[in-house]
Amino acid sequence: MNMQLQVRRTAAEETLLASFSERAASLPGDAAAAERRAQAVEVLKNGLPSRKVESWHYTDLRRLLSSVPDFDPSAHAEPRAALLPGSVVLPVVNGIAKLTDVPADISVASITNELADGSFASHLGLADTDDTVGAINSAFVTDGFALDIPAGRVLEQPIELQNLQAGGQVHTRFAVRAGEGAKATIVERQLGDGDALVSSVSHLEVGEGAEILWLIIQEQPDGARHLGQINVKIAKDAKLTLFVMNAGGKLVRQELRVCVEGEGAEFRLRSVNLLAGDTHCDVTMVLDHAAPHTVSTETIRNVVADKAEGAFQGQIRVAREAQKTDAKMACNTLLLSDEGGFSTKPELEIFADDVACGHGATVTDIEPAHLFYLMARGIDEKTARGLLVRAFLAEVIEELEDEAVVEVLEEKLAAWFATHG
Amino acid sequence: MLEIKNLHARIAEDGTEILRGVDLNVKPGEVAAIMGPNGSGKSTLSYVLAGRDDYEVTEGDILFKGQSVLEMDPAERAAAGIFLAFQYPMEIPGVATMEFLKVAMNAQRKARGEEELKIPELMKRVRTAAEELNMDMGMLKRPLNVGFSGGEKKRAEILQMKLLEPSLCVLDETDSGLDIDALKIVADGVNALRSPDRAIVVITHYQRLLDYIVPDSVHVLYKGRVVKSGEKDLALELEKNGYAGVIGEAA
Repeated sequence: MNMQLQVRRTAAEETLLASFSERAASLPGDAAAAERRAQAVEVLKNGLPSRKVESWHYTDLRRLLSSVPDFDPSAHAEPRAALLPGSVVLPVVNGIAKLTDVPADISVASITNELADGSFASHLGLADTDDTVGAINSAFVTDGFALDIPAGRVLEQPIELQNLQAGGQVHTRFAVRAGEGAKATIVERQLGDGDALVSSVSHLEVGEGAEILWLIIQEQPDGARHLGQINVKIAKDAKLTLFVMNAGGKLVRQELRVCVEGEGAEFRLRSVNLLAGDTHCDVTMVLDHAAPHTVSTETIRNVVADKAEGAFQGQIRVAREAQKTDAKMACNTLLLSDEGGFSTKPELEIFADDVACGHGATVTDIEPAHLFYLMARGIDEKTARGLLVRAFLAEVIEELEDEAVVEVLEEKLAAWFATHG
Repeated sequence: MLEIKNLHARIAEDGTEILRGVDLNVKPGEVAAIMGPNGSGKSTLSYVLAGRDDYEVTEGDILFKGQSVLEMDPAERAAAGIFLAFQYPMEIPGVATMEFLKVAMNAQRKARGEEELKIPELMKRVRTAAEELNMDMGMLKRPLNVGFSGGEKKRAEILQMKLLEPSLCVLDETDSGLDIDALKIVADGVNALRSPDRAIVVITHYQRLLDYIVPDSVHVLYKGRVVKSGEKDLALELEKNGYAGVIGEAA
């Protein structure tokens, strides 16, 4: 038996455990769910991960999560207008799902109900031993949406899963299943006004031959702590483009756990991370290529201003049977300030012998020759720098091809630079 | 229009002196050709005129319309009316050519206290200028210079020059990489800009371009100095006898 010396708990750890004692009885779910919650709390009793835990090396959660707010049942917010015009918005307001009308053939349920009738308990739990985000969320999750897009359905209207916080603690889940050959655009928005602690865990199953564009747009306010996670399975010949934009929050960890499990499946990750002030932002990807002839490309672009710190960890695991895997990962950072920093950790674990895998990382300043060229045309230095920084990010956004999406994201960029540029 | 007086400049990074006392006057309406062998300082001179900070001016002055430009940054010089057509135009991914033209034109107008151009007027000007240069408008939707052929890049430079209407145009090896048809189109574009209140400095290694853009004066740059000036016949003489004669005379 392992005897461990109990380390003194931090204030945040104490608050988390106390919150659970207070709330356990009122959290939704059947006995199976309650048991899973209790198991998750057992893990939390061991403390939050510090930099000694490899997958948390760049984000010392124990130190950075200095406090945890109490739940705030009185907090109130009104759902926001959709990011993409014409979307169906499914809002979760401070942890409570507000059911709205969706196209008739799309099945939608609240996670509260799913937990109560036992159909969701199996989703609770940890993906692996370091899965602190999963543990916190499993312990406390109150609500969210479960969505089924039937086979063959081509959704013209985007669906927006809006996780809106007004302060306190907010723990949300989203689960989307796209049937065989379905096509859809799904926006996962993370935003609000409070200095909340948010955990938000999503599940996505992309059925055979289905094509999904999933956008995670995280724009928490300066004081919020955001722990995000998406768990993805991509079936045979299916395609997923996952776009992740981080443009806010004090402490952000966004985990992407992706399994390309069907032959011929394709995964694209495009991520734009805008870091300013004293933000700490960590994007961590664990990508499994589990079947032959699968393709993935990952492009991550970061802009770091002020005293912000960021990290990207990209782990690609190619299973022995996943021959002919083609995976390319690139993480490029523009460091606009001497006081900021960005760490990149690519990791390739390849067990197949016939694959093409590559990765590259750069941390640079703006190219002086580009700056000179623009200025030589009369564009002042500040404007020219702004153009070049935006261009660096716009390149990634433009790859999304959907004009409405590109336009909205470029507006987001412009708005961010208007306040932080 | 342009008075260069005893201009000395060196590479900022390692202190290598490139320009060693350049003297040159170019009057309004004049087309001046600067010729010289490789390594004589021709491109450096063009960069120093435009204000590239890889070079330091250690002595002398550059007067443009009677004012020293040495304290002005590249954007200020451009807004004042100096335009450099690059030998190797930069490819800038992510910046759409059309957007770049809009920002540049309006930045210069703003710096001069003029009203910004509205999109329809701007589009009209761009379309007209592009047609004159036989350029496809589709090209302008692409990122700036990205994937353009050598000839397309040079045409795009001349397009910018037409749109920005500078009073001093500096063309750095504009003929390099152009086939004869492209060369004619580019030369026609430059000739259309000749006017009594505009000066044009054509930097070139070869006489060829000067058959199409006929200069009023020719200056030979060697080891960072103008070693000989003359009329357009000087270019023909250089073509016939090479630089050796002129350089030998000066040495």
